[in-house]
Amino acid sequence: MIKVIAGRLLQLIPVLWIILTLTFFMTKVVPGGPFSAERQATPEVIAQLNAYYGLDKPVWQQYLGYLSKVMRFDFGPSYTYQSESVTEVIGRAFPISLQIGILAFCIALLVGVTAGVVAAVNKNKLWDYLPMSISMLGICLPTFVLGPILALIFGLVLKLAPVSGWYGLNYVPLHPMVMPAITLGLFYAAYIARLTRGGMLEILNQDFIRTARAKGVPEHIIILKHAMRGGMLPVVAFLGPALAGLISGSFVVEKVFNVPGLGQEFIKSVFNRDYPLILGTVVFFGALIVIFNLVSDVVQVLLDPRSRK
Amino acid sequence: MKTVISLIGALSLVAVLFCLTATGTASDTSSYSLTLREANRNKILLITVGSEPRTLDPQAAQGVTEHHIIMVMIEGLVAPSIDDQAKVVPGMADRWEHNDDYSVWTFHIGGDRKWSNGDPVTAEDFVFSYKRMLTASFGAQYAENLFILKGAEDYYNGRNRNFDDVGVKAIDDHSLRIELVGPTPYLLSLVQHDSWLPVSPKAILKFGNIDTRDTKWTRPGNYVANGPFIMKSWRPNDVIEVVRNPLYWDAANVKLNGINFYSIENLNTQDRAFQAGQLHKTDQISLDKVPYYRRMHPELVRIDPYEGAYFYRINTSRKALNDPRVRLALNLAIDRDAIVKNILREDQKPATGFTPPGMGDYKPLNKLAYEPERARQLLAEAGYPKGKGFPKFTIHFNTLESHRAIAEAIQQMWKEELGIDVTLENQEWKVYLDTQNSMNYDLSRSAWIGDFMDPVTFLSMWTTGNGNNNTHWSSPKYDALIEQAARTGGPKARFEVLHQAEEIFLSELPVVLVYWYTNAYLLQPSVQNWDPLVLGNHNYKYIDLKSEPEPIK
Repeated sequence: MIKVIAGRLLQLIPVLWIILTLTFFMTKVVPGGPFSAERQATPEVIAQLNAYYGLDKPVWQQYLGYLSKVMRFDFGPSYTYQSESVTEVIGRAFPISLQIGILAFCIALLVGVTAGVVAAVNKNKLWDYLPMSISMLGICLPTFVLGPILALIFGLVLKLAPVSGWYGLNYVPLHPMVMPAITLGLFYAAYIARLTRGGMLEILNQDFIRTARAKGVPEHIIILKHAMRGGMLPVVAFLGPALAGLISGSFVVEKVFNVPGLGQEFIKSVFNRDYPLILGTVVFFGALIVIFNLVSDVVQVLLDPRSRK
Repeated sequence: MKTVISLIGALSLVAVLFCLTATGTASDTSSYSLTLREANRNKILLITVGSEPRTLDPQAAQGVTEHHIIMVMIEGLVAPSIDDQAKVVPGMADRWEHNDDYSVWTFHIGGDRKWSNGDPVTAEDFVFSYKRMLTASFGAQYAENLFILKGAEDYYNGRNRNFDDVGVKAIDDHSLRIELVGPTPYLLSLVQHDSWLPVSPKAILKFGNIDTRDTKWTRPGNYVANGPFIMKSWRPNDVIEVVRNPLYWDAANVKLNGINFYSIENLNTQDRAFQAGQLHKTDQISLDKVPYYRRMHPELVRIDPYEGAYFYRINTSRKALNDPRVRLALNLAIDRDAIVKNILREDQKPATGFTPPGMGDYKPLNKLAYEPERARQLLAEAGYPKGKGFPKFTIHFNTLESHRAIAEAIQQMWKEELGIDVTLENQEWKVYLDTQNSMNYDLSRSAWIGDFMDPVTFLSMWTTGNGNNNTHWSSPKYDALIEQAARTGGPKARFEVLHQAEEIFLSELPVVLVYWYTNAYLLQPSVQNWDPLVLGNHNYKYIDLKSEPEPIK
């Protein structure tokens, strides 16, 4: 087991290298540069800036230079945040996305699994249709609709949460992370509910469940002890990437609630052609996804004896 | 099984813990305007300037966002007056004089002017700052602004390496002599621009050389200011807090105790934050909300004239578009009133010339109106009666709802009035800039915002070879008049020459003029002395807050 994990972690290096290389050359192909603006600076100024940041060198030289810096964990300066390095930008923005993401993850799991189990147990009854219709709505309702609605209700009408911002807003009862987390969490909860229902239904039809029922095991034990173990497998496979997606921040939700997280840094870096920040965030997200996929694989193995060797 | 139960148990625990720590510290939640009330009581202005500033180094700054925040901390030789952008009040200089033709100026820096680190502000600091701007390797995007200093361009281009030959000198600690290449009656407006603001040499050199970019001197704790406020904190993408600067020379007259500049890009979020009582002022109102606010809350809406022009650049090297008659016809066939009244609805003015109104004594020209009959006639004269045989071309704009709405309206007007078909193409911002700068377009959406109070800020860009011309239009007569204006000392005679130049521009029209800007935003009535200013450059030392905000009805 440990060997497998170590092997997968080693795979991280070539994976990240490929991501980095592809992204690097893609940024060079995209039209427009970091220093263009509505009011154009003179060609001399642009040339100076390109020289300052090493963008005047041949692309392969830039690539090698960048690679050698990355190996020393130096991702270079951000062009957009002129007094910060890429590492500093990620360092300040990621903890915020992480907090929102973890809370959103908990909400998604609690709401999603509960709704899924309830639906599976009451198959084709009211308590199946109701949660499943709501979850369909949740999947269809984009965060940029749900977010403002929640902000209006909880921010403007109930005055429980701030509608914008992160720091120094302690005059409302709820922390600024709550609304973005609910918005994000409900979106993922909808998926989890459907996955849970599917997984549970499959298990509930199997022979060992029937055997358990025949032996007179109480229904709640059957569901919680026997069925959930197998029924959760599809959910667990989904959770790894979901958690990576949640903690890396959502551009839309961060914009709606004006939260200074990493999701918007990633998107804005592309709009601004902030090459070092694009590369830094892509590599960071790449690493997160690989690691969380690994974690969800490990959890799956722990849950499913068949996959253990 | 145990794993599942304990996993879910742990998660619930985490969620509950999060929610508990997230629940807060507030004592009174009954009124959402609590912050506003507290802010008013403590005289803290809550304001948003839109996006996050890229830098707060005046000499590396480019945008309006940056400018608003920088100018509360760094004061130039002179500062904006309370209610008239054409007038100035003393800043670092407490008096100044100039020669007859406005080409040599002397500024006398007040003895009580200090940096926030306690050092006196000296004439030498200004010399250092302008040297930094003109050091090519520093790469200041606005270096060109200082080329009106004698010898500055040569120094910048390396033709002369001796900065003593540049027309800026410290005669003594408190006297700064500025010698310009020609008469510059608008210098007092110009020196309020970021590119002319001073920096503390000590603060800069502590973190690098004169030409080191992107150093940490702009961070809280390092920033050395000379203006009414100093930086307390800077949380990127959220808020910059500035507080009263006790060492500011005129600190006794500063009304506010602090300002929080929030960076909120999304206009709907700005709107919600304003309604929730988190802001005294928004940056803009989104187009679709203007009618609502004007109807329901006219007391909160402010629409100020703003020195900007919205237009389309025409690629004059393209077939048909190279004919001035065609370009005039395109201009005459647009019903600007309809665009302003039905699409924009923020009291923008239909553009009848290029330089917008409000530029002191320079009266805007009235050359263009909606004359579809004449437009059709001109198009026929050019060989395209009823649009027959007219090449198909494209209006190209950056992705934004209002740009599309305006382009669609113009597309329809040209179709109906002239029988011309145009297509629309939107591009992502940087791609759009690239297309425009490489002249790879037919018609390109454009805008120009004035930097200072003189028509030159609008007219100099159309000279031959100017990096912002981007139309292939060139007129030796126009160039000569702009050149002549730069040598004319008398303000009245100078405006006369500039009027002639603009007349030429408007007769050849390498642009399709659309409208002159306004600045529409929401403002709490408790904010005092926030007068309409055409450049939007407020001197924040005059801004005040009533101790109780009026609740939003």
